[in-house]
Amino acid sequence: MEDDKLLMEDEDTQKDKYLTFTLGNEVYGIDIKVVIEIIGIQKITVVPEVPEYVKGIINLRGKIIPVVDMHLRFKRPGKEYTDRTCVIVIDVNDVLIGLIVDGVSEVLTIPEKNVVPPPELKASQNKYIRSIGKIGEGVVLLLDWMKLFSEDDQSLFDDMSGEEPSEEAT
Amino acid sequence: MAEPMVEVFIFETRQFLEQLEQIALGSEEQGGFSEEDVNEIFRAMHTIKGSAAMMMFDQVSTLAHSVEDIFFYIRELKPAKVDATAITDIVLNAVDFMRIEMDKLDAGGTPDMSSEELRNYTKDFLRNMKLDNGHDPDIDLRKAKNAKKAGEAGGDAAAPAPEPEKKQYYIGAAKPATPAPAATGATSGGQHIFEATVFFQQGCEMEEVRAFGVVNSLKEKVKELHYLPEKILEDESATDTIRNMGFRLFFTTDMNFDEAKAELDQTIFLDRLEIKEVASVAELEYWPSQETIAITALENSEPIKPAMPPVQRDLPPAGRKPASAKGGDGAQMITVRVDKLDKLMDLVGEMVIAEAMVTQNPDLKGMELDNFAKAARQLHKINGELQDSVMALRMVPLEGTFKKMNRIVRDMTKKLGKKARLVLVGESTEVDKNINEHISDPLMHIVRNSVDHGIEMPEVRVEAGKEETGTVILSAENAGGEVVIKIKDDGGGLNKEKILERARKNGILTKPESELTDREIYSFIFAPGFSTKEAVTEFSGRGVGMDVVVSNIKSLGGKVIVDSEPGLGSTTTIKIPLTLAIIEGMSVSVGGSRFTIPINYISRSFRPDEGAIFRDPDGSEMIMVQGTCCPVVRLYDMYNIPDAIHEPTKGILLLLEAGDARFGVLADELLGVQEIVVKPVPKYISRMMKTTGISGCTLLGDGSISLIIDPQQVHNIIFD
Repeated sequence: MEDDKLLMEDEDTQKDKYLTFTLGNEVYGIDIKVVIEIIGIQKITVVPEVPEYVKGIINLRGKIIPVVDMHLRFKRPGKEYTDRTCVIVIDVNDVLIGLIVDGVSEVLTIPEKNVVPPPELKASQNKYIRSIGKIGEGVVLLLDWMKLFSEDDQSLFDDMSGEEPSEEAT
Repeated sequence: MAEPMVEVFIFETRQFLEQLEQIALGSEEQGGFSEEDVNEIFRAMHTIKGSAAMMMFDQVSTLAHSVEDIFFYIRELKPAKVDATAITDIVLNAVDFMRIEMDKLDAGGTPDMSSEELRNYTKDFLRNMKLDNGHDPDIDLRKAKNAKKAGEAGGDAAAPAPEPEKKQYYIGAAKPATPAPAATGATSGGQHIFEATVFFQQGCEMEEVRAFGVVNSLKEKVKELHYLPEKILEDESATDTIRNMGFRLFFTTDMNFDEAKAELDQTIFLDRLEIKEVASVAELEYWPSQETIAITALENSEPIKPAMPPVQRDLPPAGRKPASAKGGDGAQMITVRVDKLDKLMDLVGEMVIAEAMVTQNPDLKGMELDNFAKAARQLHKINGELQDSVMALRMVPLEGTFKKMNRIVRDMTKKLGKKARLVLVGESTEVDKNINEHISDPLMHIVRNSVDHGIEMPEVRVEAGKEETGTVILSAENAGGEVVIKIKDDGGGLNKEKILERARKNGILTKPESELTDREIYSFIFAPGFSTKEAVTEFSGRGVGMDVVVSNIKSLGGKVIVDSEPGLGSTTTIKIPLTLAIIEGMSVSVGGSRFTIPINYISRSFRPDEGAIFRDPDGSEMIMVQGTCCPVVRLYDMYNIPDAIHEPTKGILLLLEAGDARFGVLADELLGVQEIVVKPVPKYISRMMKTTGISGCTLLGDGSISLIIDPQQVHNIIFD
C-alpha cells in the first residue's frame, strides 16, 4: 500500500508533462516519464536485415541502443540529419530505444482537460497518436509509445515464430 | 526468522546432503560402512538434525534423528549383519526428502512435508536389524554408551574439559548464534529468580531438541536465562545428561512463581517439573559471571559447527572450544555471492574495452610515443592477468557435477537390473561456474542414455564376451581454449539402421541417405521427440531430453559429437569454450561497417589470386583450398553493405572452420585482433533480424560498434 502511494505520487509529479519535439512541420509530445535522456546524433552502426526505419545501433556510454528514424517510422521520406537532429532515448518496458527526431523543443504541461482524442480516420496513421493536446493556438500530437514499440514488436515476434519451425526442421 | 540465517541453513544442509550421498554411495560400493564413514554420516545427520530443530523444521529434524539412530547403533554396537544396500537406500531417501524440502525453503516455502512414512520405515528397519544381530530391539543405546563412560558425562559444564575437536572456519558465512545466555541481556534485573529442572518422559527421544524448544519458548519471557548442559545441540552427551539428570534452567523473570510454573508445564513430553524460587542469584547452583558470559558470547559469535570435523571416537564431554582455533587456519576460505563475482567480471570486461579505447585512441594516430607504448604494454599485461584471475575466481572443478552421476548410474542399474560402474577421469578440471551449472542436465541425460540404451543386460554382455559389468567413463580435460567432456560406454553402440529408420519416420532426413556420414546419422538422436527405444521407461525413451542436451550446450557456445562403434560402445563428446564473456576476435571492415569474427574459427586468411574463385552453374561461388572445395560468401552481399570492395583480389578472404566444414568469407580489410567483450544485440533489433549469423556486438577501441559474426550460424545459412 505504502509503495503504491509513493509510486502514485512520483507519477503525479510527471503526470501531464510532455517532452515536445518537431518532426517536419508538426510538434509531437511524448510522456516525460519514459524519456531517459536526449543526445545529439552520433555515429550509427548499421545492422543488417531490419526494417528501413531502424537505422542501426549506437553506443551510449557502453550501452548498445537501437535507434529508429521517426520520419521513416511514420512512413514519410527521410530527412538529412543536421546539428539540430536529436536522439531521444526512451525506456519501453525496460527496453531502451533511441528516437531520431528533427529537434526537441521543451517540456510542457498539458492538463488533461486540454487533451482530446484523435478523430477516427480510416486513412490515417493515427494509431500511434494517443491524443492531441491543445497549447494556446497550437496543437501537440501525443505519441502512443506503448503501441509504437510493444505492439509492433509483438507482431514482429509473431511473424518470426511462424517461420521458426521450418527453420529448425532443416 | 532472519533471511541470512535461512540462507546459511540451506547452504550448509545442502552441503551435508551432498556429502552424505557420496559417502553412502561409496560405502555401498565397498559393501559396507567403514568406521570413518559411519562417523561422518552420523555427524552430518546430527548436525542437520540440530540446525533443523533450531529452525523449527521438525519433519526434517526428526527424520535426521531416525537415520542418525541407525548409525548410532552401528557405531556403538558394531553389529555383524549390516545390509549396506538397504541402509544406503534409507540414507538416499532421507537425502532426497531433505533436498526437496531445502528446495522448497529456498523457493520461499515452508518445509512441512511429513516425513513420518520414511521415519517409520527407518525405525522398523533399525528394529529388525537389531533383532537380526541378536540385540534387544528396545536397547537404549545412549544409556549403554553412558554406562561405558560413567561419570564422564555429567553436569560438569562449569569447568568443562577442552574439546579436542579440530575446527574449520569459513569466514563470510556468518552463523547464527545459538541463543547464548548473554543474548538475554541485563543481569538479574527481574523480580523473581527461579531454578527449575525439567524431566522429559522416558523414551520421548531427542531430548536435546526438546530442551532446545523449551529454551526457545522461554527466552522471550525471561530477563536472563542460563541452562545446563550449556551446549544442548552441539554436545553429544547433552542428551544423556538431560535424560538422566534433567534439563536444568536458571532464570530471572517478571513472572511470578505460578506463571513461571505454568509456562514450563506446557512443555511437550514433560514428565516431571521441579521448580523453586530463590532470593538472589548467588543461591543458584549455576550462574555464570559477566566474564564467562562474555567468553561464551565470543565463542557463540563464531561458527559453531565445523563444516566437517574429523570425528573422534569416544568424544569426551564437550566444553569450551580452544580459543586459539579462532585465528589460525581460519581465513583460507571465503564464501562470496555469485552476483558480486558477476559484477566484477562485468567491470573487468568494461576495463578491457576502456584499455583499448585509450591505447588505440584515434588522437594518438601517427605520433611517436615510445614511453606511452611501453606503459600501454604494461597496462595490457596487468589487465590480462587481472582478467585471468577474475576468471579463475569463477572456476570450479567439475568434480561435484561428475559425482552426481554416480547416483544416477546406481539408481538406474538397480532398477533396470543391469550392472555398470562409472569411472571418473579428470574430474578436477576446472570450468566457469556458469558452465558447471549448465552442464549438469546434459550430462545427466547422456549418462542415462548410456546406461539405458548403451549398456546391455549382464547376460547379453557375457554372451558377447564382455565383462558382466559395463563401464561408463566420464572424462574431462582442457584442450586449447575448450573444455572437452567425454562420456564413453562399452555397451552395444548406437544402431545406425534403427536411427535411420526412425529419422525417416519422423521426416527429419535432410539429404539422401547415402550421403549421410555416420556422425550425421548419430546426431539425429539429438532431434526433438526422437527415440529408438520401443518402450518408455522411467528413465528414457520418451524422446525428451537429448534435444535439451543440445540446446543447453549450444547456449554455452559448445557442440556435441557422437561416435559409435557397433558392439563396442559409443562416445559422446562435448566441447565448450572455457570462457564465454571475453573472446579474442579478428576485426574486419566491410565498406563502412565493422565485423568481428572469433579467432578460434579462423583457420587462415589470404588474398585470393586472380580467378581462384569460381562459380557453379547456380551462381554459387567457391574456392579450392588444399584440395577441398569451399564455398565463398561475400559479406557485403550477405549484409547489403554499399561501398565495399567487390574485387576479391583487392580484399581479403578469411577461411573459417565451423561445424565440420570450411568456408570462406570475403571482407575488405583486416583491422587486427582484439579482446572483445560480447554484448547481446538489443532485443528490439534481434527480434527483427532473422538468421543473419550475427550473434552479438562489441565495442571497439574507438568507441564504435562492431557486429560479431557467429561462423556456426553462417555455416548453417550456407549449407542449408
